[in-house]
Amino acid sequence: MTQPIISVRNLHKWYSGVHAIKGVTLDFMPNEAVGLIGDNGAGKSTLINILSGLQRPSEGEVLMEGKRADIDSPRAAMDHGIETIYQYNSMVPTMSIARNLFIGREPLKFSLFGLGVMDRKKMAEESVQAIADVDLHLRSPDARVGELSGGQRQGVAIARAMHFKSKVMILDEPTNHLAVKETNKVIEFVRGLKALGITGIFISHNIHHVLDCCDRIVAMARGEVVLDKRTVDIDMDEIMDVL
Amino acid sequence: MKRLLKIYMEKPELAALVLLIVLVIVFQIASDGVFLSASNLRGILGILPEIGLMVIGVTILMIAGEFDLSVGSVFALMPMTMAVLLADGLPFFPAFLAGLLVCAAIGFVNGYLTIQFNIPSFITTLGMLFMARSLTVVISGGFPPLLPNDLPNWLFTVFVGPGDLFRMSFIWFAVIAILASLMMSHTNFGNWIKATGGFLPAAKAMGIPTARVKIAAFMLCSMLAGFAGMIQVLRLGSPLPSIGEGWELQAVAAAVIGGTALAGGIGAVMGGVVGAVLIRVIDNGLVLSQVDANWFKFAIGFLTILAVVANAWLGKRAKSIKVETSK
Repeated sequence: MTQPIISVRNLHKWYSGVHAIKGVTLDFMPNEAVGLIGDNGAGKSTLINILSGLQRPSEGEVLMEGKRADIDSPRAAMDHGIETIYQYNSMVPTMSIARNLFIGREPLKFSLFGLGVMDRKKMAEESVQAIADVDLHLRSPDARVGELSGGQRQGVAIARAMHFKSKVMILDEPTNHLAVKETNKVIEFVRGLKALGITGIFISHNIHHVLDCCDRIVAMARGEVVLDKRTVDIDMDEIMDVL
Repeated sequence: MKRLLKIYMEKPELAALVLLIVLVIVFQIASDGVFLSASNLRGILGILPEIGLMVIGVTILMIAGEFDLSVGSVFALMPMTMAVLLADGLPFFPAFLAGLLVCAAIGFVNGYLTIQFNIPSFITTLGMLFMARSLTVVISGGFPPLLPNDLPNWLFTVFVGPGDLFRMSFIWFAVIAILASLMMSHTNFGNWIKATGGFLPAAKAMGIPTARVKIAAFMLCSMLAGFAGMIQVLRLGSPLPSIGEGWELQAVAAAVIGGTALAGGIGAVMGGVVGAVLIRVIDNGLVLSQVDANWFKFAIGFLTILAVVANAWLGKRAKSIKVETSK
């Protein structure tokens, strides 16, 4: 059997008095598209925040390809190859597409203690390539992200994750507040991850969006995993029941 | 062509630059050609670096999404610290470094308190405005110490350039402005400042050390303000405890006139520089045009509002110009 790319072992998280995650154990396989669903407060955001380095678990551990991974910051998660795309906050609207693609990971001509002069030519060239790779047709890479539609922004975020060759892409409610056409585009992106060998974790309220593009569905409720099945074996009533 | 137009309309410093050119022409005519004469330019360029250096720091900090009201007080505290140490017999450079260190410490405290306790920097630096001003008076003991005669004025205040057009301070100002501008546009640190001020959650999620970026911007801002204050004191020859009063708001006005957004993320060092030049030009031009000099503050206030309105309008127009990629 192949080794899981991410394994979560007996994960717990308490917030002052609230037990948000109660011993979650899950495996995500390489090249798999997993849909993570659940109501508000089911614990999915907490789980995702732990995987993307925004929060630390109270108990339990995360393994990356079988090895214990200490994900103590968003940067550490990225260094492990986990890229997270949030509903709103993955782009700086006042900055250009090219600059957004490289925030925090700017290619440098030379540097001293991590600070240095950016290779702007490389940034411009690579951003054009990265955008073309996800089949987005945008104005120049110098356009501000604030001028893009919600779907285009998600496209740029996905282009960024692909450019940095992430192994796991977490999409946190990427289809919220998007028009139908834009939503379909995002779903296309998730389907396309498989061909690129990237594991996708797609969090959504909308069960239909998830069923459309994922191989496997994990449902959470009250901080626990209540369902974990291949998409082909699932019927809607079953999901409704557990949620 | 359309594309070029769009690029320029999106430059926040554009409105200020156009205004500057218009005003220079107006003052030149109104003053019967005195405004652009060498002796008048010497006056403007001699004082410009003092507000200008402060504006550079304030602009960068505002782009990072924070605000510093204490710069006017730090402007006075740094040279006073230096003067007191000089009066105690310390040589110039150690005293200079000690003064800058005090500024760096104040910037650090401003930044640390703002971030650690999650309070608006408006409040932290308002408190610091009073404390630093008070410290300035206290350490002077009420009587500002006399400056020694052997200070390196050749490095800061002597007239240089063709026809002695500007002071050494102008060279410092120009070099620092260019370096700061390059830092914002060409280094990853500049990118982090823009991201931190542009949208904090995204900057954090992308792994930028936003707290450190902001604290660094606070420290830079204080140090530039202190350095500017020292230059003024060397020019005047005496460390007055009241210098720089009200300058914090002029500096913010200059940054805003230059296209910097109060909310952060948008702005340019060169815009702030243009804003600072505008303020000096108005101050000087009103006098030369024999307008009641009390209109100065009115003009600054009017321009501040005008600049914001003009930038909002230009931004909107620029957005509506669609430029497709050539495939």
